[in-house]
Amino acid sequence: METRLSNYYEKGIKYFFGLIAGTSILLLFLIFSLLFREGLGVFSNVGVMDFILGTRWLPVSETPFFGALPMIIGSIIVTLGAGMLAIPAGIGIAVYLAEVAPRSVREVAKAVIELLAGIPSVVYGFLGLTVLAPVIKDLLNLPSALTAFTAALVLAIMALPTVVSISEDALDAVPRDYREASLALGATKWETTVKIVLPSARSGLMAASMLGLGRAIGETMAVLMVAGNAMIIPHSIFDPVRTITASIAAEMGETVQGGLHYQALFGLGVVLFTITFVINLITDLIFTRTSSVKRGTSL
Amino acid sequence: MCDKNKMETRNLNLYYKGFQALINVSFPVKENTVTALIGPSGCGKSTFLRTLNRMNDVIDGTRIEGEVLLDDENIYDAEVDPVVLRKQVGMVFQRPNPFPMSIYDNIAYGPRIHGRKNKDELNEIVEKSLQAAALWDEVKDRLHKSALGLSGGQQQRLVIARVLAVDPQVILMDEPASALDPISTAKLEDLIHQLKSSYTIVIVTHNMQQAARVSDFTGFFLNGEMIEYSVTNTMFTAPRVKQTEDYITGRFG
Repeated sequence: METRLSNYYEKGIKYFFGLIAGTSILLLFLIFSLLFREGLGVFSNVGVMDFILGTRWLPVSETPFFGALPMIIGSIIVTLGAGMLAIPAGIGIAVYLAEVAPRSVREVAKAVIELLAGIPSVVYGFLGLTVLAPVIKDLLNLPSALTAFTAALVLAIMALPTVVSISEDALDAVPRDYREASLALGATKWETTVKIVLPSARSGLMAASMLGLGRAIGETMAVLMVAGNAMIIPHSIFDPVRTITASIAAEMGETVQGGLHYQALFGLGVVLFTITFVINLITDLIFTRTSSVKRGTSL
Repeated sequence: MCDKNKMETRNLNLYYKGFQALINVSFPVKENTVTALIGPSGCGKSTFLRTLNRMNDVIDGTRIEGEVLLDDENIYDAEVDPVVLRKQVGMVFQRPNPFPMSIYDNIAYGPRIHGRKNKDELNEIVEKSLQAAALWDEVKDRLHKSALGLSGGQQQRLVIARVLAVDPQVILMDEPASALDPISTAKLEDLIHQLKSSYTIVIVTHNMQQAARVSDFTGFFLNGEMIEYSVTNTMFTAPRVKQTEDYITGRFG
């Protein structure tokens, strides 16, 4: 009797969690289909190539143009810039915390860094605008401080907690056995870190980098405030740019629901989604490749 | 069997934070012999082993008093670099711990960090080390495959080959067979016998038959103290101390 009851209980729990998992997948699918349903109109009206490669974005003129290239380039430049700053710095900080710092320092520093992730992005934008921008302008002698570089810097600071936190976890997960084996062979601490610990944590470090990039490419508010928002193709990182996310946020309020401009903004959403999807896919491929090497099934 | 002390500890005390883990241990390790350390869990035998190549340095809060001599020089002297020392005194751990890289790169890791870059030279070291560790025939066709694909026993012999590749004088083994099946254990013990002619070996083991089979000398540890040290045969047939006899006959431990 009791065993039968607990059988029902087990089944109930199984279905309950199955339902929750299923709901999240359903939600994802709904978001995905909404994005495409609303956005596909612009691709048929304007043409995929004209939309992605067009350089003029004049959504409300007499003859509107919907060329998203300046924004796509803007997003990519700002994201890559942020990644080039945040990934090395973040992994460096993580190495210090995991391998060098005494336990007390590590615990305090990690808590503080993780707290940084909780600061609202608009506050970062604010700091970028009032603190970073004037300094950058003076230091680099630029006509305007609101540039792709400024945005990349602010995004790098925002992505840093993610990169540090996940990298530190990855380094911490490298078995102590590996470190001891390396030290016992007469390797120095530094050789052990570079040749054993970092390669062993490779997949985790990759995930940290990709999540950092993901945070950077999706960020809207801070970028809207500091990137300068010029709808031009930048010639250098010291030109103002406008990102995909900033455009959607800035223009959504002015559109008529179902109109071409509205569709075009959803189209931008599709483009952004595709970029992040490709990033995730690449990460995933690298992940499965490295983990199969670890298991010894390929190479 | 030569009578020279390759290593020796004199009045060695080790404290871990407030706890004294080793109490006044004076222990000889004769050259080109196998010395076994036996004793119940937590008696300090692994800790003692790790003082011989300063692996305890890695652990925060450890303090050492007394001397540990290698060829009559104290390895805890200020001018001794633990990195150089560990090249001379290699270590094999309880669980096989090959690096997550190819078999070849595992063996070549040590020589590479010590400056050997020449490819032919490395190839030769890899082959020689694997042969010395009785693993060459099993892996020669898969040198560039991941070491994690090997069985536990093969991994442990790989780890020994990795130690041999840096050409140490002393090899410390911390319960090297505890994670292995009987057949792998037998192979490992054969290997220890062969290595004895060129190296000095100190092995910690829980398995008294193993100590009896592989070692020339045995030291019995209890609660951080070295209770008895003698020729292995004598230790197992006529122990001098009551506690040794109790442990060997299985009355505690």
